[in-house]
Amino acid sequence: MATKTIAGVNINVNEEGYLTDPSEWTREVATEIAKEEGIELTDKHFEVLEFIRNKVMNGEGLTIRGIGKSGIVDAKTFYQLFPGAPLKKATKIAGVPKPVSCI
Amino acid sequence: MKKLLILGAGTAGTMMANKMRKKLARDEWDITIVDQFKTHYYQPGFLFIPFGLYTKEDVVKPKSDFFPIGVNVIYSSIEKIVANENKVLLADGVVLNYDYLFIATGTRTAPEETPGLKDKLWHKEIFDFYTIEGAVALNKFFKTWQGGELVVNIAELPYKCPVAPLEFVFFADAFFTERGLRDKVKITYVTPLPGAFTKPRATKMLGELLKSKNINIVPDFNVAEVDNDNKKIIDYAGKEVKFDCLVSIPTNMGDALIERSGLGDDMNYVLTDKHTLQAKDHKNIFVIGDAANLPTSKAGSVAHFASEILEENFMCAIEGRPYTASFDGHANCYIETGYGKGTLIDFNYDTEPLPGSFPFPGVGPFGLLKVTRTNHYGKMIFRWLYWHILLKGREMPIDSEMQMAGKKL
Repeated sequence: MATKTIAGVNINVNEEGYLTDPSEWTREVATEIAKEEGIELTDKHFEVLEFIRNKVMNGEGLTIRGIGKSGIVDAKTFYQLFPGAPLKKATKIAGVPKPVSCI
Repeated sequence: MKKLLILGAGTAGTMMANKMRKKLARDEWDITIVDQFKTHYYQPGFLFIPFGLYTKEDVVKPKSDFFPIGVNVIYSSIEKIVANENKVLLADGVVLNYDYLFIATGTRTAPEETPGLKDKLWHKEIFDFYTIEGAVALNKFFKTWQGGELVVNIAELPYKCPVAPLEFVFFADAFFTERGLRDKVKITYVTPLPGAFTKPRATKMLGELLKSKNINIVPDFNVAEVDNDNKKIIDYAGKEVKFDCLVSIPTNMGDALIERSGLGDDMNYVLTDKHTLQAKDHKNIFVIGDAANLPTSKAGSVAHFASEILEENFMCAIEGRPYTASFDGHANCYIETGYGKGTLIDFNYDTEPLPGSFPFPGVGPFGLLKVTRTNHYGKMIFRWLYWHILLKGREMPIDSEMQMAGKKL
């Protein structure tokens, strides 16, 4: 475990840069992590991030399907907002653990 | 009389019916099992059918062969679980009350979830092998196919028997080599995962195996649609892969019953405590097998290991004791690699598949993450064990809890 200064605050992160304590997350932290990922956050991004945070805080699993059914974005838009690996990027920016594929 | 009701008579439900009938006094407990179908399929055998290694007859038996005496069997579809009233509604207005409920309704393939998948090429040039119909149709197709682009695509996670698509491409490599067609068949493995498997060591080992067999891999591909006219699959990011023959592992979903009953997640898997196997918010409902949203493989071995935990915890529940068993997510998968050889992985929630020997440390006879002939025989023998030992709820010579002994870190 390490700490990293993000948006002027010391934040606990793991070796991949995911927050280890979701309560340390702020919009400023998100904006800065997003910048590192090459993403400029819009209101739509934040809606998705809030949805993800709520899901994770409730102990529910995250899937691209679930986000596509959220009513906020469809799966295609989700890909456009977080290009490449949307679930990995979105969770990193949302300050929650990286989803594990458990098969 | 107290009532135990089991929904689903597949691998998990049948095992539990056998185990519980032995365990529970007949003058105290009434056990009923419900399923809409009368045929039991040996699902691990589907993989062998496209390549002519098994026929349909090898994988089919009547479910009634496996129910113990003293269990009520009802063949009916199920409308709804009304968990707050401890009752289940069947088709035609039949109502079953229960004191305890086991949900073992499994998972099914849902090709309709991907636009264009179940379209005009379905079972003509696009196949699945997770249904008997798909496996048989593909066997017929392969008999006369002269080669081209063979694409195996996993639509979405999680899916049943996570190693089966890998075994499929290994078998395909051997099958077309033996037919002298391998130079005309390009095999491509297209997966939403970042590599051949999820965890680092198995991914490395299986990735190298794919490479050595000249099988291409396209990772991080999340299929959005299938274009039947131009014969290609397209992912959400716009990536395209062309095919002449597409073998799809369609999206898997839990039974629609779970959605109707309000007990599931967005894939219709029942929200389940991953250690106790108790349904979330319902103390008298337990979940076993693929129907549960456990973060482990959807596989018969998992259902088998979990069945021992469930048996123990259920006895705790009815006797008013705290739960004494905790499920660790143990999975154990024999992986056919073609040419009469196979490999083996053994893992749980916390431990990735590691190399070593199994089940006896240093002795084996099976090799973990190694390609051996004995591993292949393990898989072949398993069909007999499945019908005669496993389904009947008899003791299998493997610990339900994953063992670290014999594994190399």
